[in-house]
Amino acid sequence: METLFFAIITLVAVVSAILVITCKNPINSALSLILTFFCLATYYVMLDAPFMAAVQVMVYAGAIMVLIVFVIMLLNVRVDAHKKQTHKVALGCIIGLFTLINTAFLIFKSRAAMPMGPYNGSIIKQIGHTELIGKEMFTTFLLPFEITSILLLVAIIGAVILAKKKI
Amino acid sequence: MTADPVDIALFAAKLGAVFFAVLTLAAYLVFAERRILAWIQDRKGPNRVGPFGLLQPLADVIKLLTKEDLVPAAADRWLFYLAPAMAAIPALLIFSVIPFGAPLTIAGHTLPLLIADLNVGLLFFLALSSIAVYGVAIGGWASNSKYSLLGGIRGLAQLISYELSMGLALVPVVMMSRSFSMTDIVTAQQSMPFIVYQPLAFIIFLISITAECRRIPFDLPEAEGELVAGFHTEYSGMRFGLFFVGEYINIIVLGGLAATFFLGGWHGPLLPPVIWFSIKTLAFAFLMIWLRGTLPRLRYDQLMHLGWKILTPLALFNILVTAWLLFLTS
Amino acid sequence: MENLNSYLIVSAILFSIGTIGVLTRKNAIVMFMCIELMLNAVNLTFVAFSRYLGNLDGQVFVFFVMTVAAAEAAVGLALMIAFYNNRESIDVDDVNLMKW
Repeated sequence: METLFFAIITLVAVVSAILVITCKNPINSALSLILTFFCLATYYVMLDAPFMAAVQVMVYAGAIMVLIVFVIMLLNVRVDAHKKQTHKVALGCIIGLFTLINTAFLIFKSRAAMPMGPYNGSIIKQIGHTELIGKEMFTTFLLPFEITSILLLVAIIGAVILAKKKI
Repeated sequence: MTADPVDIALFAAKLGAVFFAVLTLAAYLVFAERRILAWIQDRKGPNRVGPFGLLQPLADVIKLLTKEDLVPAAADRWLFYLAPAMAAIPALLIFSVIPFGAPLTIAGHTLPLLIADLNVGLLFFLALSSIAVYGVAIGGWASNSKYSLLGGIRGLAQLISYELSMGLALVPVVMMSRSFSMTDIVTAQQSMPFIVYQPLAFIIFLISITAECRRIPFDLPEAEGELVAGFHTEYSGMRFGLFFVGEYINIIVLGGLAATFFLGGWHGPLLPPVIWFSIKTLAFAFLMIWLRGTLPRLRYDQLMHLGWKILTPLALFNILVTAWLLFLTS
Repeated sequence: MENLNSYLIVSAILFSIGTIGVLTRKNAIVMFMCIELMLNAVNLTFVAFSRYLGNLDGQVFVFFVMTVAAAEAAVGLALMIAFYNNRESIDVDDVNLMKW
């Protein structure tokens, strides 16, 4: 049952990812990408990470993609002007397939280390995923967390300076 | 997971009942709005179909279903078909995490009166409400008309701006109940609803969800005075009806959420829990209609000013104060 | 839970699709979306490994990746709008002058 579900989600994820790169209209690409993000959120739920799933939908589908759709609508980009670029497509596909074959080879050749941490499915369900992530983030990863805020500040300033006509 | 057939049957019954109740309520809210607006403006309103006009929603549905379903020649056909559903479905889905009554016990089976008790219920709501934006945006884009596009862009900008203050207004609620789960939030308000401790957060939340519903005074995406009908200018028949009903489903759902987060959910003296929940939700719906009858529309720059320069800083300040108080009292 | 390898393979497929997209498309916004797709493929690997190894560090890392992606979206899209204002195009082939 779960395997069938996994297969369906995978099918949807891969097909929508392919649509992202093949659609001529950027807004269709954006909508396909949102579908892919939903599939990834489903994977996170299957991996006992409901908090990650909610954040995935909220940040990617709800904030980043909204910004992208907003820019597409604001610039009113309709269909791509079509130029001949077959050699580029061929080259890109060769490199992409090479990446895929390489990773697949490595995945099947190597064996992952044995589980070592304490968190298995039942413990995560018992304590709550959100609590566990929060504890980890505000103890072990406190410094990176604070540095992230500087990153966001830089991004805000950068966006404002770029978007403003006169500063 | 082995499920008892009785449990499954009860769950299915609950699902059907909720679906039916929300849709019927949305249809009757349209009618109620027309009657109450008429009453505010000293008119009569629809009173011809059935006793007191009570069959008016049925007549409206028949009218919408039999109208011609127009698609503009230059429209992006598939997206045009898809957009109304994208506007209505997230609102319906949000209702699945709202607890609307105390758990019932039927023949030895406990039946919690909410569809899905998620550990991350509040985040589920925030995630889905950020998805609801796409219905407006895609509807405006796919129509390929200038008014629709303007309405869609406005809708996008407005909804992402107010989502921020809405999310921030909910942070104190999470801090006080120490959980994202809706059931826990309601349980935490057993003795005292959060509105008593968090009046500022409640007001910010109320303003933000009015903007999320795209209701007057925040109905700039449709603004009939300037944009004809905004993002749904080109829609007709039942597709327009879906946008329209989606708005009213949204009102009911957001009313239910306001009740759950700040007004104590289904807790209340004397009356049964489900009744209390309905009273709180419908009071919110009435408030929305009342606002529509009273307030003029904001200008676009005023809207952005209110969202970014007043509500968001206030909400952040509120979080800070709440954090200090919780720290000092614990 | 499915086994780890199936998640890793899905992630690899998505990453490769993203790579192909970045290399073949010329529309800057679509390229940007493909980069987001690649980031997400990596996130899936992180979460899958984190679950498999019973260690939450990977999921916290996903959090940081999301923050970087959000910052990137804000600055990247502002750049695109600034570029569009100058050249009325968001085709990356038009970014061929150092000064306009």
